[in-house]
Amino acid sequence: MARNPLHDVCIAGVYNTQQARVLEGVNEVELLVDAMRGTLADAGVAPHEVDGVNVRSAVWRINAREVSHWLGCSPKWNGGEFGIAGVLEAAGAIATSQASVVLMADAQCGQYTERALTAPWTRPTNEFVECWGLYTAAEFALIAQRHMAVYGTRPEALAEVSAAIRSNGAINPDAVYYGRPCTPEDVLASRMVADPFHLLDCCMTSEGGAGLLLTTVERALDLDCEPIYILGGGLDRFGMSYVMAPVYDKYGLAGRRAAQDAFEQGGIGPQDVDVCEFYDPFSFELIRQFEAFGFCDEGEGGDFVMDGRVRIDGDFPLCTNGGLMAYSHAGTAQLLQKTISAVLQLRGKYIPELTVPNAKIAMATNGGAGALFTDLMIVGKEQP
Amino acid sequence: MKPQRDTPLPRPNVLTRPHWDGCREGKLMVQRCNDCGTHVFIPTPVCSSCMSSDMQWVETSGKGRVYSFTTVWRPQRPEFEVPYSVAIVEMEEGWHMLSNLIDLEPEEVKVGLAVEVVFHAASDEITLPYFRPAGA
Repeated sequence: MARNPLHDVCIAGVYNTQQARVLEGVNEVELLVDAMRGTLADAGVAPHEVDGVNVRSAVWRINAREVSHWLGCSPKWNGGEFGIAGVLEAAGAIATSQASVVLMADAQCGQYTERALTAPWTRPTNEFVECWGLYTAAEFALIAQRHMAVYGTRPEALAEVSAAIRSNGAINPDAVYYGRPCTPEDVLASRMVADPFHLLDCCMTSEGGAGLLLTTVERALDLDCEPIYILGGGLDRFGMSYVMAPVYDKYGLAGRRAAQDAFEQGGIGPQDVDVCEFYDPFSFELIRQFEAFGFCDEGEGGDFVMDGRVRIDGDFPLCTNGGLMAYSHAGTAQLLQKTISAVLQLRGKYIPELTVPNAKIAMATNGGAGALFTDLMIVGKEQP
Repeated sequence: MKPQRDTPLPRPNVLTRPHWDGCREGKLMVQRCNDCGTHVFIPTPVCSSCMSSDMQWVETSGKGRVYSFTTVWRPQRPEFEVPYSVAIVEMEEGWHMLSNLIDLEPEEVKVGLAVEVVFHAASDEITLPYFRPAGA
């Protein structure tokens, strides 16, 4: 089989700005500049060396054209996707020689101000959805409730997922919920938001920025950086999120196609994954992803996550920085941060208690069945 | 649980107006493809099963079963009275729609519950299709 050109692309730089529930006295320009400077420094790349740009912000809508001016660079490639889809888009551009150094950055602050309503990005305005009081928690709950009815998945399994992720955030000094331990009992005792999701089954809202730089493996050899390699990736999409009813039988295995593609590209299987930086908007979604990606059979995810398996010292540790539940969930930067956490974990950048011993392969995901898409990528410490 | 008194109301467009006009007249209207027979919702310019443009609005039975549900305690916006029960209803004709369940208590909602449409005028223009236990 021909060599996959994605394997000649690597992630050379990553950076997270400060994250907080609300970042006082900071604006999106400052956040983006911090994210870009930090990322370039981590990769050892000068701004004018960037020839591909995909940068955005949530509220001020800062875009690649403005940012190219700040960088003093003239890109020959611009990306349009965000999160993992953006990383894969950039990797494809590099693999096909359209660009050689791509800088991605994303930031959000000041977007969620009317706190009597759920966050603006959670509220679809579609005429067949909005009038029924839907928002993201309810959309994902409709997927979870069906699974629980069909397979008997228990609230205790959902609570274990949340507690495992939040326990990582509780000891991560960079996490928004640092110092806030959480047990499954805490999750089950928290107030109900949208049945079966209690408050602690749901991710937080927060503010912050992040950046990521990709280049060729060949170029990375000349840089003062710690490259992490791309083993595979893919998207799996089903159309209009938060418009169509989230019917489990149609969308419940979202991500399976992407996982199969990614595993095949990397020549590996689920059992080879050391770290699971999975998308964690709501607790049940992690159970579903283990099933969709083939870590266990459909309907068995609830049992799969028990017995410490997804804890930091388990076989498949989830969201090792605390994820969207306890680390941060800011704008669309949080989507990029799934890949960033995979990189930081493989580089051994977390505190010893959050470091997965001998981790070589990490899988990062975005989206979920409630949103009718799941994108993912697998990265490794060694070039495939 | 009862119909909401103050919800953000749909703003029908050329594609969706037949559905909302039907609701105002007490009919649950959906598009059916004349080529392959599939019922399609939400409204689309072509059949999502065979891409035919030969789509016809038809009245449906308004009967179905709760496919999934969630009882919401933290409302989307403060105008919503809690709890309210969001459901995906699987209609007799095989299509799915989102709605709210009324005329029952939260603990009575179950996957598989037989339900029927009940229309509630929300404004002069907009009537919303809620669902209640069948035969209630």
